[in-house]
Amino acid sequence: MISIKNLHASIDGKEILKGLNLEVKAGEVHAIMGPNGAGKSTLASVLAGREEYEITAGEVIFDGVDLLEMSTEDRAREGLFLAFQYPIEIPGVSNINFLRTAMNEIRAYKKEDPISAKEFMALVKEKSALVELDAKLASRSVNEGFSGGEKKRNEIFQMAMLEPKLAILDETDSGLDIDALRIVANGVNKLKTPNNASIVITHYQRLLDYIVPDFVHVLYNGRIVKSGPKELALELEEKGYDWIKAEFAE
Amino acid sequence: MKEQAVIEQSFAHSIDWKLDGDFVLNEALRANALTYLSENAFPTTRTEAWKYTRVTKIKNNSLHIASAAPIAELAPIDAAAISLVFVNGHFDATRSASDFPAGMKVIPLSQMDEAERNVLGEIDAQKTDLFSAINTAYATDGVYIHVSARVQIAPTIAITHITTGDHVLVNLRHIIHLEKFAELNMIQHNTTDSGENAFSNIINQVYVGENARLTIDKLQNESELAFHHATEFINQQKDSVFTINTITLNGGWVRNNLNCFVNGVNCETNLNGAYVLTGNQHVDNHTVVDHMVAHCNSNELYKGVIDGKATAVFNGKVFVRKDAQKINAFQSNGNVLMSLDASVNSKPELEIYADDVKCSHGSTTGQLDEEAVFYLRARGLSEASARQLMVGAFINDVFEKIENEHVVAWIHDEISKRFNWSFE
Repeated sequence: MISIKNLHASIDGKEILKGLNLEVKAGEVHAIMGPNGAGKSTLASVLAGREEYEITAGEVIFDGVDLLEMSTEDRAREGLFLAFQYPIEIPGVSNINFLRTAMNEIRAYKKEDPISAKEFMALVKEKSALVELDAKLASRSVNEGFSGGEKKRNEIFQMAMLEPKLAILDETDSGLDIDALRIVANGVNKLKTPNNASIVITHYQRLLDYIVPDFVHVLYNGRIVKSGPKELALELEEKGYDWIKAEFAE
Repeated sequence: MKEQAVIEQSFAHSIDWKLDGDFVLNEALRANALTYLSENAFPTTRTEAWKYTRVTKIKNNSLHIASAAPIAELAPIDAAAISLVFVNGHFDATRSASDFPAGMKVIPLSQMDEAERNVLGEIDAQKTDLFSAINTAYATDGVYIHVSARVQIAPTIAITHITTGDHVLVNLRHIIHLEKFAELNMIQHNTTDSGENAFSNIINQVYVGENARLTIDKLQNESELAFHHATEFINQQKDSVFTINTITLNGGWVRNNLNCFVNGVNCETNLNGAYVLTGNQHVDNHTVVDHMVAHCNSNELYKGVIDGKATAVFNGKVFVRKDAQKINAFQSNGNVLMSLDASVNSKPELEIYADDVKCSHGSTTGQLDEEAVFYLRARGLSEASARQLMVGAFINDVFEKIENEHVVAWIHDEISKRFNWSFE
């Protein structure tokens, strides 16, 4: 699905990712954990195509194509989805209008016919139910006046609508109460198929009680320094990150 | 007696315009205006009201009063509307309606008896400025619309101002009078058929009687080489509602002076404006709402999208006079700059002499939120679609205030032609 090799990225001349390697196959869920400042959100930003970051070395092959050569929108059209850590409020732009525009631009990219209004509305109804997002919220301005939990549910709603091949969830759990966390995780689990994959970026092990990963990776100082089965997350929760820092300090 | 130097710089001495024609306003008013023009000069940027708008190009333009000329067919904005067409400042009877609903009088000033005409056109001397004086002296036509008490006019009255030819000077004076409980909806559409450097100077003198309702959709869509100066004098009586939507899409130099005098209690005054500019356009909206008495509401929403090297000016003044208590006055101006060369000068002003009022004003100018653009792109929208969606949402706040759906459709259509945007 995605193969990241020796990825180096910097912002304002400061190197954040320092040779990151990661391989995710279809049907897998990978969790990336790590202390603050390790480069977790930078990885998400670089994969989504944020232009502030400079890629100084490495390659990312996404389903056979060179991801780093593509614009942000083409990455999305190829099936990459980033659930934002801080979803943006966009006053006046209706959630469903923009999603319909997005779906149709993705379809046009794939040389498919646009979705009919009827089909689209049926899909909105089905997918908003999946994350228990009020249909009224679905048609309001993007994230405007949404609570923190509603914003995160809206991210998963959009993910459900767009059916990406690879979803990157950037700290989707942070700031959520346990009910909202359960709803969000439940949505993600229901969307899982043998043909798609997820990268779950989190600071806390708690989310991984609900979204069970196949692999857990520890990101520290711009590199993945440790990988293991889901039990690694529990170990991190118990022992914290200090032993990682001690082991891999420069 | 004015000093010699002042007279030498006066309008009359500084222009090279051909001002021969038949003028419609009465001789006493014209004589006063001509005296004013011989003693007063064009405003400069040293004058506060003209700080950001230069008039030199109008002053130096070799304008002339032209006769009507053939023009291309123009599709109506609202097909059901009663149409009144003016070409180069002259009423065009062949393109205009001749039957009107019962309870309203519609007479072009050029077709009025002199005796009738003589009572029209007076502007309070204190409100006179150079462009109003030019209009009073040189108005070649205009329309007198009178709606009788308790008459609601169902069809929209659509006035179209068209210019054709180079360096054409147009002065039109419209007088609109609604008796009590009358209702009227109007479109005023300004457009260019052909030619460069036309200058249109149009005044609407409006009386909204007790409990009457008037809406004007003022649509400015002239050529990028045209000059346009528009002035409204609105006199509102008690319990009346006046709404004007000023939409500026094209026109090289546009100045709107909107003056609302709210003379009666329990009035509502709605001023909405949108300007979508590019190239070298310069558009200046000056508005005044003068609350003389208590218990009135005014709402003002102006929004602009400025691209290219275009410049916009907004100056909104709200006066609340002494003893005009319980006034709610809201004013807001927002601008989005789409290029580094675009600019805006925005100045909302409140002058309040009463103590029990609720007034607010605000002004914002900025670029599109790049984080939001990225967010939309991350969902698969192209950069152009993302920007257009956001800009459309921003300016659509104003278009949503317009009740005539034909006007809204026309605006969407013109914007899609000129900027290639679409609205949901």
